[in-house]
Amino acid sequence: MQITVLVLILALLTVSGFQMGRSRAVASVGGRLVELHSVPSYHGFYVALWAGLPALFLFALWTASEGWLIMRMVMSALPDRLVAGDPQTLNLLKADILNIAHGISTGRDVDPAVTAAAAHYNSLRAISDWSLLAIGASLAVAGLAYGRQCISPDLRARNRVERVVNIGLVICSMVAILTTIGIVLSLLFEALRFFSVVSPIDFLLGTHWSPQMAMRADQVGSSGSFGVIPLFTGTLLITAIAMIVAVPVGLMSAIYMSEYANPNVRTWLKPILEILAGIPTVVYGFFAALTMAPFVRSIGHSIGLDVSSESALSAGIVMGVMIIPFVSSLSDDVINAVPQALRDGSYGLGATKSETIRQVVIPAALPGIVAAIMLAVSRAIGETMIVTMASGLTANLTANPLDAVTTVTTQIATLLVGDQEFDSPKTLSAFGLGLVLFVVTLSLNMVALRVVQKYREKYD
Amino acid sequence: MTVTASKSHYQSEEFARRLRGRYAAERNFKIAGIAALALASMMLVVLLTSIVSKGYTAFQQAQVRLEVTLDKAMVEERNYTAILRQALYAQFPQITDRTGKRTLNELLSSGAPYELEALVKQNPAIVGTTQTVWVRADDEVDQFVKGNFPRTAPESERRLNDAKIAAIDAMTAKGTLVQAFNTTLFSAGDSREAEQAGIWGAIVGSMLTLMVTMLLSVPIGVAAAVYLEEFAPKNKWTDLIEVNINNLAAVPSIIFGLLGLAVFLGFFGLPRSAPLVGGLVMALMTLPVIIISARVALKSVPPSIREAALGIGASPLQTVTHHVLPLAMPGILTGTIIGMARALGETAPLLMIGMVAFIVDIPHGLTDSATVLPVQIYMWADSPERAFTERTSAAIMILLGFLILMNGLAVFLRKKFERRW
Repeated sequence: MQITVLVLILALLTVSGFQMGRSRAVASVGGRLVELHSVPSYHGFYVALWAGLPALFLFALWTASEGWLIMRMVMSALPDRLVAGDPQTLNLLKADILNIAHGISTGRDVDPAVTAAAAHYNSLRAISDWSLLAIGASLAVAGLAYGRQCISPDLRARNRVERVVNIGLVICSMVAILTTIGIVLSLLFEALRFFSVVSPIDFLLGTHWSPQMAMRADQVGSSGSFGVIPLFTGTLLITAIAMIVAVPVGLMSAIYMSEYANPNVRTWLKPILEILAGIPTVVYGFFAALTMAPFVRSIGHSIGLDVSSESALSAGIVMGVMIIPFVSSLSDDVINAVPQALRDGSYGLGATKSETIRQVVIPAALPGIVAAIMLAVSRAIGETMIVTMASGLTANLTANPLDAVTTVTTQIATLLVGDQEFDSPKTLSAFGLGLVLFVVTLSLNMVALRVVQKYREKYD
Repeated sequence: MTVTASKSHYQSEEFARRLRGRYAAERNFKIAGIAALALASMMLVVLLTSIVSKGYTAFQQAQVRLEVTLDKAMVEERNYTAILRQALYAQFPQITDRTGKRTLNELLSSGAPYELEALVKQNPAIVGTTQTVWVRADDEVDQFVKGNFPRTAPESERRLNDAKIAAIDAMTAKGTLVQAFNTTLFSAGDSREAEQAGIWGAIVGSMLTLMVTMLLSVPIGVAAAVYLEEFAPKNKWTDLIEVNINNLAAVPSIIFGLLGLAVFLGFFGLPRSAPLVGGLVMALMTLPVIIISARVALKSVPPSIREAALGIGASPLQTVTHHVLPLAMPGILTGTIIGMARALGETAPLLMIGMVAFIVDIPHGLTDSATVLPVQIYMWADSPERAFTERTSAAIMILLGFLILMNGLAVFLRKKFERRW
């Protein structure tokens, strides 16, 4: 509530700051605008920035530190017997306090001290919100007053505003870098915690995957072994099936569309592939699980094969269909980039169209096509929904496409869905898998982009 | 000499055979191309028809007409179940035994009493009178009426016993059990009972999530594109940013989910399942798409425009904001819509941040627990009931409808404002 009010106040002050700055600038020269260093609207922006920016900074800083600070204050006020535990119970305690404070039942009997702490938390939070509102609003008013006071005909308003805007632009372009850093750090940090429990060698070279950790010593069937080889083979199997479907179909579609089809046909065919590309993966997953899997299974039965109902084949075929437009649009680009002169030369020697394509165009476009296939592979490896919905959860070390296999992404998704402790090796192993997935797809993309760049230079 | 020799060579049997072979290869190659495209189109058609044929029935729902007597005492006790049952038994005076009555009870949705309660709350004047009301039938009855449970199977293999089928037939004959438009599907949140489950909660969740995504990724993405395209010096640093953006565009979406889980939930302590977090994750995910398309749009504005603006004394920033950006706007908008359509259909990262929870209530704010349309589809796809399969397909049809709308808008904008310089 308070935050909404603050945002409204800020918006109001910024807009009125703009108006004030502009009119004051005009008034300061008595309407002879030539005497102003900058256009009046720049003076307006100048005041608006003074009104909005400091308060916005405060707001960002406040919200970033608020939760942490309040939690510290609440924890320090708790009786010693509750705070004495190890970090894990402390985290649990914090989660309990937060849940009760937000009115969510924890489903357990709760210590009255914890309930009191939750109430304390809520009251601190309310105080914090109100003081943020008060301080933020007064900061904005002060900024507005200061900015307005600065206005004079000689104020270099344009340069100053543009400097701020420029800094803003640079910050925006850094978000992409920050995202990458965030991904790398969060994956690395959590994966290192995982590797402190499970050795990386066991992880990367183990052939048995069963992430259920034993909660008690006597628990049966929860070995907690983290060998990713079966996940890799499962991923590779499904990816290979997908590529067997997607590469020939995608490549031939691209060749036909760029070399044979006349423009009229093209305008009809392109949208079909674009629709295939635009269908959400969850829809493909549903299709794979409810239409393709029974179909593959019944065909298998009719020729006397034992097909699992979650076979790698059905997930792979549907994933292949999903990737067709990806392969075809990337190959289309590289085929179109082959200079016409190469084709004309080949025709001049008497080659037919298909001979030209096979012996001149494709070899010339090969680096690009290879790059496209690599990007497609990286896409298939990282695809989650189809495999989560249509492939199994049991980690079989097999190359039989009719068996059920599981993939890296499926495991990440299932390990982290539902209620979880954030500290058990089971959930942390998802970050280990994520790190491996990130490294593999990133290196595939890097190499593919490199290949494309090298190829481009050849004909420009 | 050579002419005659070559003439004989071109006319030789061997040459003709080779030529036939080459033409055949040419034909086969072309057929292979057509076959590839035909296969792709066929898969699209199969996909769409399988979904439509499974899902179109979900837009109808069996409803039961009852003459309910809203007895004042019973309303005060909120015993709407008994009121409904009385009205139902009245339609079958011949059924008096317990088993028969229990069979009848099972015809009505377990949510029917709440429907009646809502009706009474809306119009308290009807208490004490007899009213004709329509309430939802149970999902198994609904599926039976739609013909999804074969009547010919032996009773032990059927989900509905003979007595129930007899009751259904009698009611259908009397016109007290009919198919009507399924309003629940469009107005309710999720439910364990198929006949009470709807996608409105998921649609609202999707809208909230998409709103956050758009508010963050569009300004940041366009600003980043403007900086990289118009202001950035060509050096190692901007190269790094560029490579980074290209790589980020190809990072698997589930990795963004892990990022959201570790950073937004773990580090910043934002609430689980909230559209706010979903929107943040999606914003980071769509950012590269928007930056790349905005850069293409900015690049297509010819340099002469910039030079003209700079020439009459505009500052670089004025040049961009007054001239280049407005001219690039249609392209940026198209890219934005396509990016948003992708975010609307994305599922995997949202599973990581807990938007996969079972949520009945319609979300009202950015920090309420919510789910989104694709995740709702994912959850329903897991339910074994026939009625949920049907509703999953219907939800997919609605999701595809939204996506087609958005992409159609993008195509329209591109066609309308496309400009050749």
